[in-house]
Amino acid sequence: MKICYFHLMPYRFLPGNFENDFRSVWVDVPDSLQDRGKVAGLYHEFLDELEHAERMGFDGLCVNEHHQNAYGLMPSPNLMAAALSRRTSRAALVVLGNSLALYNPPVRVAEEFAMLDLLSNGRLVAGFPVGTSMDTNFAYGVNPATLRERYHEAHDLVMQAWTRPDMFSFNGKYTQLRYVNLWPRPLQRPHPPVWIPGGGSLETWEWTAQRDYVYCYLSYYGYKRGKATMDGFWQTIETLGADDNPFRAGFLQLVCVSETDAQAERDYFEHVHYFYQRCLHVWEGFAEAPGYRTLKTLQAGVRPQVGDLGRKIRQSLDWRKYVDEGYVIAGSPATVREQLTDCIRTLRVGHLMVLLQIGSMPRELAMKNTELFGKEVLPHLRDLWPGYEDRWWPQGAVDPAANGPGAAATAAKAGPAPVAGPRGTAR
Amino acid sequence: MRFRVLEGGRGPDLLWLHSFHDRDAWPPVLERLAARFTVHAPFHPGVRGSEGVEHLDDVVDLALAYDELLGALELAAAPLVGHAFGGMMAAELAALCPHRATGLVLISPLGMWMDDKPQADLVTLPPRDLARVLWKDPESEVARRWATLPESEAENVAAQIEQIQRLSAMGKFVWPIPDKGLGRRAHRVSAPTLLLWGEEDTANPVVYAERFAAAIPRATVERRPGGHMLHLEAPDAVAESIARFLTPAPGGAGR
Repeated sequence: MKICYFHLMPYRFLPGNFENDFRSVWVDVPDSLQDRGKVAGLYHEFLDELEHAERMGFDGLCVNEHHQNAYGLMPSPNLMAAALSRRTSRAALVVLGNSLALYNPPVRVAEEFAMLDLLSNGRLVAGFPVGTSMDTNFAYGVNPATLRERYHEAHDLVMQAWTRPDMFSFNGKYTQLRYVNLWPRPLQRPHPPVWIPGGGSLETWEWTAQRDYVYCYLSYYGYKRGKATMDGFWQTIETLGADDNPFRAGFLQLVCVSETDAQAERDYFEHVHYFYQRCLHVWEGFAEAPGYRTLKTLQAGVRPQVGDLGRKIRQSLDWRKYVDEGYVIAGSPATVREQLTDCIRTLRVGHLMVLLQIGSMPRELAMKNTELFGKEVLPHLRDLWPGYEDRWWPQGAVDPAANGPGAAATAAKAGPAPVAGPRGTAR
Repeated sequence: MRFRVLEGGRGPDLLWLHSFHDRDAWPPVLERLAARFTVHAPFHPGVRGSEGVEHLDDVVDLALAYDELLGALELAAAPLVGHAFGGMMAAELAALCPHRATGLVLISPLGMWMDDKPQADLVTLPPRDLARVLWKDPESEVARRWATLPESEAENVAAQIEQIQRLSAMGKFVWPIPDKGLGRRAHRVSAPTLLLWGEEDTANPVVYAERFAAAIPRATVERRPGGHMLHLEAPDAVAESIARFLTPAPGGAGR
């Protein structure tokens, strides 16, 4: 079992009346709401939290890409991963990821990921999301009707740039390059493991499974509602005749650990509420451009997690509902252990990603949540899924299962090692 | 490519091109025109039975598809009439294939852009915001009827999916800004051109009429009371203006 620490890097200082007085947290959120001095501080705070997570024994550190929003301050997750590459030495750097259709030419992604893989001594996981409609269609102006085709073409180009031995020409519909010849190339061969974050689109399951990539469902609505989506993925795997190795799957879950169940509510409620009410406050007109979803996915009833529908679900939420409906797994270490074990088994996920800094949660509280999780929860999940090989873990990152029990804890105690040569050189 | 075309009426031929928000495929304005013309009203590729939008990359591809459609309908040339996106495509066709257009009537067409006079985002606005910019009076009967979706769950979902498909199919050619080079090509239009505009059009402000009139050689502007959906708000007046413009006055020199 691998447990990764996901950070969204939210702006923590939206005003109390935000969701009533302002239209959207994404696309047209006004500049007047951002305190630039505070943002500068937040980057260091958030990087501190990610570095702390490695010391607390987390296997991977996840960052991702969003544009023109106060939900997540990472237009370029690659910059954050680059900063982490120098201050961590053991954890996988899971960049989830670069929205391929936004880069022109997309070899830029192949280049930057190669640099990150080299900088981190082969610890990179390469994530390729399509990207939300807010990011791709509205903030970056990509045509929704051709977004997915553009994404697929860019993916093919990046994979060829990483793996073809000689210089080649690429005559695509969206990118034409006469000379493709990547310098430098990634350290990991044939290329860094690829994880595909999805929001529930049907065709992503099949596309991901056919290429033997990891499918990650990034849901804000918890493991109980996530089950239908993960069942759909596993059904696709079965139909294609692939094995049911749980490491094919990843899942994001919000988690709050405290001394007791009651203390968890006192510690975390306002920050969880901030996340659901303000960070997800996306105007209906930006939630999903016509054409962003395929007809097949629309007919299956998949709707956006934000916008009008999401607002209706979220409006009535109090702590009990957040917890009872599984949006957040919260409580004492024992409570969290039990529910997370259920989550992992129910969804059959080998790569669990947890969000521990949530919404407006300040540094000390995020550190507390991280430390309690690392010491009281994580070791108890470690041995789930014995006997399965994680073929999707970066070669340069420490693999606790491969190195025997306790390897991760030993590495954590030793503290950040000086930058060494590539480890896990099985290639 | 496969077009589905609604046809009706008697008299000289006329091609009508729809826009994003035409839920009614044969609205009263076409009924009025059908009294004077043989109206051909194709659905855009990707909309309600017209197929092949995935084979078209841009407005030039789409305009050439309409050129081929006119050939298939055995119309060497005809008056081209369109509203908003339909107006933009009528103008593109008249610019790329000037011999196809004997006359051109553009009702609040898209196709030009001024950064300081942005048009409403007609492809993505949610229903309530959309109603406010489409109609001079969103509470009028025609506006309310337009805004009403079927009540039964199944029909309602089908209507919403149809709408997403319709907007996606046309939005493909205007995303994210509906200026795809018409300004560079408009000088090629040789047909006499009427620009019909609602004076209270807040979706596509009337200032664009002057921009079109400056770009198209033989253009005149006619402003009428009404909003962006002028053809639905004032079908009698719009049909009358079109017919008057396209029919040479007896004994007159024409245009």
